[in-house]
Amino acid sequence: MTHPVDILLVFVILLNFLVLGTPSLRMTIRAAALQGAILAVLPLLVHRGFGWRVVAIAVATMALKGLLIPGLLEKAMRDIHIRHEVEPYVGFVTSLFLCAAGTGLAILFAGNLPLAPEHVGTLIVPASLATLLSGFLVLTTRRKAISQVVGYLILENGIFIFGQLLIEAMPFLVEAGVLLDLFVGIFIMGIVLNHIRQEFSSLDTDLLSELKD
Amino acid sequence: MAPAPVTLLLVLGGAFLCVAGGVPGLFLPPGAPARRIATAGSVGGSLLGLAGAAGAALTGRVESLTRPWPLPAAALHLELDALSAIFLVPLFLVSAVAAVSGARSFGDAEHPADARRTRFFFGLITGAIALVLLARNGLFFLASWEVMALSAFFLVTADRSSREARDAGRLYLFATHAGTLTLFGFFAVLRHLTGSTELVPLARGVAGTDAGTALFALALVGFGFKAGILPLHFWLPPAHAAAPAHVSALMSGVLIKTGIYGIVRFTSLVPDPPASWGDLLLVLGVASAVLGVAFALGQHDLKRLLAWHSVENIGIIVLGLGAGLAGRAAGRPEWALLGLAGALFHVVNHGLFKSLLFLGAGEVVHVAGTREMDRMGGFGRVLPKTAFFFLAGAVAISGLPPLNGFASEWLVYLGLFDRAQASGADALRAAFAAPALALTGALALACFVKAHGAVFLGSLRGEAPNAHGEPAAHVAPMAILAGACALLGLWPAGIAPALANAAAVAAPGPASAVPLAELASLVPLGLSALALVLVLGAVALFLRGRLAAAPATAGPTWDCGYARPTARMQYTASSFARGPVGFFKWALLPRARGVPVAKLFPAGARFESHVPDTVLDRAIVPAFRAGAWLAQKGRALQGGRLQLYLLYVVATLVALLFRV
Repeated sequence: MTHPVDILLVFVILLNFLVLGTPSLRMTIRAAALQGAILAVLPLLVHRGFGWRVVAIAVATMALKGLLIPGLLEKAMRDIHIRHEVEPYVGFVTSLFLCAAGTGLAILFAGNLPLAPEHVGTLIVPASLATLLSGFLVLTTRRKAISQVVGYLILENGIFIFGQLLIEAMPFLVEAGVLLDLFVGIFIMGIVLNHIRQEFSSLDTDLLSELKD
Repeated sequence: MAPAPVTLLLVLGGAFLCVAGGVPGLFLPPGAPARRIATAGSVGGSLLGLAGAAGAALTGRVESLTRPWPLPAAALHLELDALSAIFLVPLFLVSAVAAVSGARSFGDAEHPADARRTRFFFGLITGAIALVLLARNGLFFLASWEVMALSAFFLVTADRSSREARDAGRLYLFATHAGTLTLFGFFAVLRHLTGSTELVPLARGVAGTDAGTALFALALVGFGFKAGILPLHFWLPPAHAAAPAHVSALMSGVLIKTGIYGIVRFTSLVPDPPASWGDLLLVLGVASAVLGVAFALGQHDLKRLLAWHSVENIGIIVLGLGAGLAGRAAGRPEWALLGLAGALFHVVNHGLFKSLLFLGAGEVVHVAGTREMDRMGGFGRVLPKTAFFFLAGAVAISGLPPLNGFASEWLVYLGLFDRAQASGADALRAAFAAPALALTGALALACFVKAHGAVFLGSLRGEAPNAHGEPAAHVAPMAILAGACALLGLWPAGIAPALANAAAVAAPGPASAVPLAELASLVPLGLSALALVLVLGAVALFLRGRLAAAPATAGPTWDCGYARPTARMQYTASSFARGPVGFFKWALLPRARGVPVAKLFPAGARFESHVPDTVLDRAIVPAFRAGAWLAQKGRALQGGRLQLYLLYVVATLVALLFRV
């Protein structure tokens, strides 16, 4: 029997591939936004009780991950006039292969982890690890600072999925804390982006390495 | 209800005053008011603390205070017993006189940027050392220890414009943190063994296990760094040479003794110390004492010479501790009493005469404008009072009667002689240590003949650029310290109850049947010292009378017919020490360079020699070079690219997940 959560998580994993495979910067942002929106539904399905706190967290996640942050990123992209192309260090095909390898490893690791019995059959842990690794992949292989923000966003999505395991044990406060972290992180990166642009008139992080001692 | 802890409160109040005195100076403009407040705080606080400490030492009362502290496993647990008190007495005495001396010698006029900062840290370190000596909780001890260590760093680098001071400070910082790190390990193991962060005694039988051995090794290294036991002494000569004189006095006189205190306090928590611990301390003590004085002989720098003598005296103290520990292991309370009392007495004495010598040396260095002894000479005429008090300090440190250095070494000797009359291995060990102690004394005497002779006797080699008389603020501290040295030398029986109380804390278990004063014949010792003073005084009066009757004429020394002798042709300190330094060539590795004088009517020739610190030059510096080389290789990992760093994170994450 396939759990509805698992179907959503398959979509999440597929979106990882989309982010890594597309050359369009706008597309990566939208894919990340869609991923965030799907994740917003996740707590409602995992958590059987339909308390106001679950709803609140779902709404907040949707607003932040699905709308606000991607919107900010798109605005930034428009404002600072950069080329709407991802500039990767490794080719798209290689990226996709790496992502596939990461997803495979994630499934492998998930089998090894000592999980509570009710989580063993689900896709939660593999999807979480796969998304985490994809986020790292975006962070390490993309050149533009704005893609790094997207990578950070996807990385955080992976952590969010993992958080679903703890949804019964941990208060929602933790989740709210993660969202806050994310928001602050994006906020700071936005400021940094602006400053980098002012200093170097480019958002290529290669130029940042000139700053090392 | 328990009686109020009067002496403990006195000590705490004194420590607080010392610290508080330096605070207003941080906000006031540099000048006389700030200086007076700081000095008054140090002197007033020290007198208060001294009263408390002396009371606790002589009565042997134990007082404690406990307050909760919002840190897990920590508590503000303070306790004043005779052992703490015997270390607190020199702390407060030296702190008071050094503060007075320092207020003048390291003043606002010459060091406008650094003087008030230095006064603040001087007060702070006094308070911190007091807390180290009172703390009975491991974490509280470490916190006080760290405050003390960092204050000392700021005091060593008091003169921020001097590159030498900054380098010495860095070396000190490395050494002290290496020691603190070891102490963290020590307290962790101690907690593991006792189940408490409080300093509570170990169970019987634990000391002999591997964990007990590890604990002793950690204590020896951690506290040894601070005490300057060979080979962990390497920070000590540069730091003492570079610091201002009153700071060197406090550091050498008191600060390094906290390392000794740590070792004594730790061994007091062990009910059954193995004999091997005592043996190890005996060997380390002999090595530090003999090599310390040998290195001192090779020095050209007056303050560095005194610093090496600290290594020597720490060696004598450690030797006494080793003898005491061996006495406990062998179940001979009188050996333990003599060894420990001798070591603790020497702690007090070294605090007094070493700070006296450093204060005197500071004045000499100030007048000469250099620390090179080979450029000094004839200062006895410029600074007659300093010369006299320096001589008193030299007599005391060389362990000559009638001063206090003799009295404390006498106790250690007696302990060793008693042990030499036992059979087998004990006699052998005592027979190894006692001659080494005698050798140390002889070399120390040679070294101070050299130092005092080269600095104060003879004629001036050049100008004394900063000669300005001897103000009371400079002479009075030295006079007080010299007076204390004389008092303890002439009346050692007076301090005997305090020593016996402290030794009883340091060596729990069966006490010696004979009281200390009787065991060591301290009353006859004092009387004979008094007789010696009377004889010496009579001889001095007689000679003075002769001198008055037939005034001496000043003329050139017989110079083998050379027509134009100059003051620079006097014996130098280096030439005086050449023989003994050659004797210890295998350890000192002296370096000499020069053009030898070869034929008649030689052209210009030159000669220079150095005795660098062997441990620093051959072990520490190469080890750091190797570390720097390795670190340089590691720089390749730091590409300066964000993506690369993130890749490291991924690699670590994947590696960790593989381990699951």
